[in-house]
Amino acid sequence: MTAPAEIEAPTTGRARRFAALVRKESYQIVRDPSSILIAFVLPLILLFLFGYGVSLDTTQTRIGLIVEQETPLTRDLAAGFQASRYFTVSVGRDRRDFEDDLVLGHIRGIVVIPARFAADYAAGQHPALQVLVDGSDPNTANFVQNYAQATVANWERQRSQEDAGQPPAISAEQRFWFNPELTSRNFLVPGSIAIVMTLVGTLLTSLVVAREWERGTMEAMMATPVSAAELLAGKLLPYFLLGLASMTLCVLLAVSLFGVPFRGSVAALYALSATFLMPALGQGLLISATTKNQFLASQLALISAFLPAFLLSGFLFEINSMPTVIQWITFIVPARYLIPSLQTVFLAGDIWPMFLQAIAIMLLIGSVFFALAARSTRKRIG
Amino acid sequence: MTIDEPFVRISGVVKRFGDGAPALDHIDGQILGGRITGLVGPDGAGKTTLIRLMTGLMLPDEGKVEVLGFDTAKDPAHVQAAIGYMPQRFGLYEDLSVAENLDLYADLRGLPLSERKATYDELLEFTDLKRFTARLAGKLSGGMKQKLGLACALLRKPRLLLLDEPGVGVDPISRRDLLKMVENLTASGIGVVWSTAYLDEAEACDEVLLLNEGKLLFAGAPSELTARVAGRVFKVTGTSGRRREALARYLDEDGVVDGVIQGEAIRLVMAPDVAPPMAATEETTTAPQATIAPPRFEDAFIDLLGGGPGGRSKLAEAQKVFASENGKPVIEARGLTKRFGDFTAADDITFDIPRGQIFGLLGPNGAGKSTTFKMLCGLLKPTAGEGRVAGFDLRRDAAEARNRLGYMAQKFSLYGDLSVAQNLGFFAGVYGLAGARKRERIGLMVEIFGFERLLGMSAKDLPLGLKQRLALACAVLHEPEALFLDEPTSGVDPITRREFWTHINGLVEKGVTVLVTTHFMDEAEYCDRISLIYRGRSIALGSPDDLKKQVANAACPDPTMEDAFIALVQGSEEKQVAA
Repeated sequence: MTAPAEIEAPTTGRARRFAALVRKESYQIVRDPSSILIAFVLPLILLFLFGYGVSLDTTQTRIGLIVEQETPLTRDLAAGFQASRYFTVSVGRDRRDFEDDLVLGHIRGIVVIPARFAADYAAGQHPALQVLVDGSDPNTANFVQNYAQATVANWERQRSQEDAGQPPAISAEQRFWFNPELTSRNFLVPGSIAIVMTLVGTLLTSLVVAREWERGTMEAMMATPVSAAELLAGKLLPYFLLGLASMTLCVLLAVSLFGVPFRGSVAALYALSATFLMPALGQGLLISATTKNQFLASQLALISAFLPAFLLSGFLFEINSMPTVIQWITFIVPARYLIPSLQTVFLAGDIWPMFLQAIAIMLLIGSVFFALAARSTRKRIG
Repeated sequence: MTIDEPFVRISGVVKRFGDGAPALDHIDGQILGGRITGLVGPDGAGKTTLIRLMTGLMLPDEGKVEVLGFDTAKDPAHVQAAIGYMPQRFGLYEDLSVAENLDLYADLRGLPLSERKATYDELLEFTDLKRFTARLAGKLSGGMKQKLGLACALLRKPRLLLLDEPGVGVDPISRRDLLKMVENLTASGIGVVWSTAYLDEAEACDEVLLLNEGKLLFAGAPSELTARVAGRVFKVTGTSGRRREALARYLDEDGVVDGVIQGEAIRLVMAPDVAPPMAATEETTTAPQATIAPPRFEDAFIDLLGGGPGGRSKLAEAQKVFASENGKPVIEARGLTKRFGDFTAADDITFDIPRGQIFGLLGPNGAGKSTTFKMLCGLLKPTAGEGRVAGFDLRRDAAEARNRLGYMAQKFSLYGDLSVAQNLGFFAGVYGLAGARKRERIGLMVEIFGFERLLGMSAKDLPLGLKQRLALACAVLHEPEALFLDEPTSGVDPITRREFWTHINGLVEKGVTVLVTTHFMDEAEYCDRISLIYRGRSIALGSPDDLKKQVANAACPDPTMEDAFIALVQGSEEKQVAA
């Protein structure tokens, strides 16, 4: 008998197998419209949504303003509301004029200047306004309330200056550093880049590996001398590069189209993004290795990666205001570490101590995912 | 290890999935070099599991598999370096071209660059894929895909080639090509495992391991198995058109092991030393003639399983009679044509089926059978032409027509997550049965098919044979006058298949009209007439015997249905070239 097909020198064989796997994956990415869709078109849509559609700034909220008794004073205050850049105001005499509008959602709130207002003001008392808001949308309700108060405070200050020529009572003036116009776009867009990389790293990766199981190509590969580690590595490299490419596209757009400032260094941007892709890819591999089914993989990826990156990363909702238990959960969401760092790179500049800490934690989470993924990807079926 | 040592030794192998019966139950066997070993059995017999055990991708729960001297549990890497494996599902990348797939596997298998050109040339020549190297694998036909899979598995000259159902989804011509290629390989000493559910493929193998429900029924040369029924197989002619009725009668007689319709004739397998029953009946003036026929693998398989089922169909007995309306066809297709873009899936298909006949659409996967079929059920709108069922035009009265037909789609069309009772209830509802009639019909199906104890079970957990019975029960709940059967028995074991055809034959005797699609050449023999569909066109239409007669010649005086198919396809291609 002849010797069994001799096995080549392990290292050259391994390098060639790895190169072959990477080449194969790259062809597939280029030829598969769904990869391109997830890596480039979806990020564009997200970016446009966050750049134009979603804004946490309230400009021009429609409200109803009730002036129960017309006096020069209340007319002056009403003018203050009308001049506000935050409100579009319809003026009425009675709150019943606007109740239906509020219920139907045509306006977001009703501000009532009560009949006693002028008298109270004249008496030197602190006059009260009534603000009725649509509590079904707490965010907007808050804005209406706060802005209404601010408008009144502003008016009072001006008024007292005019009245007496006296300096107004001491008031704090806020100054915002790093994002002086407080444009929410400036911190939403960097945050959405983390979401995009989660999509490519976790969703796309888990889909393509699950697809290999579904189509039976994984089985055919496994029956060749290729090792499980080579298979995994051959998958990772192309999607790692794809994730970075997708991120680069987003950054270019953010800066050129949305005018988001970029004050940090490109090195910091890539260091952070590349590290973030470790846990993202690791999670994708883990999901696909355990489900082996595209439908389940996509569901799991959306629930365990996309939604947490969205909701629990501090991207849209302040972590400090979450219930304690939820705050604990946010510690294992990799995006939680990336987003503040990315926002810093864009809006403030390089703050390496902060970045290094984020990088260390993301690497830690990533290595846990990889260890789990490697354990569940063995060269065995069933 | 000498050349005579087996390449694979399987000793005492047991493999279980879940709590049910083991998928493989104490299997012992061997695979020899230089031979094609057929791994034969119906779906669910354990063929794929056994092949995966040989690749080392799966390990046995008990026992041991040794491949080329290596234990698959301890040394899978050496096993995988020496084998070529072609999984059941096309394991190649559809979005890579033929050449890119070859490159990938050449790299993975470590084929030195210096040998590539010669190896590629040889393999592309061998598989006749030279013209298609730039084509994406996903755009190849079923036969070409299998050939490419074979080429990739052969890149590094494996010593053992494992092919899991290479004949599935492949037209008969490509199937013959594949088999010929593999035969050439064995000449150079390679050991080949070829798994199949087609019993006719088993006959072409040098050795077979016959599996059924995880048990090894037979190991040895197929001729050794067929020899056991030699002299007991008869072809009965002269039943003058009442062959279905005659078959049902024969099957209930003592000493009849098995019987099937074969064109105009009946094929009977008798118990040892029992003469075939040849009495004249009231309908026949002359007694039927029985002649000894050469035994087939399937005859022997049924014999090994202890014989086929009886000829009585309770389903048919409960069926009302559809009286003939002076020969008016129940199903009509007139120039049915369907185009998808610039691809013509079905081109000018015309036929009609009189009441109480079985009509078959025979052809390989992708030939246009299903398209034609779907147009006739009103599921697909024809681009041109018209179809009628029970007198209703499918364009205008599709709903009316559909109420009169029962549709049995391929095996997985039931709701797997619904129980048997829920499936029956659902389909009864879909066909508009309600109240007492619904209860009565469901009760009847439960009784006929023996579902009493299974009513609460999820359909997906049923064994394949029972799934198939349930599918039939759901299709006939509303006593349709036309039955549409889409690949009704592919992959099921031969006993279930006979049971199924006993029911269908019985229903047809009561005037039910049947349209069946199949790529199974044997199944075509049950039909009164068949249309051969190839590349969207009907290339021949007639009774199975007519078609066979058309191609009979001196070299092949008694062609099989497959011979007929191949000859007719080749004939039609020559005609096209000449035109």
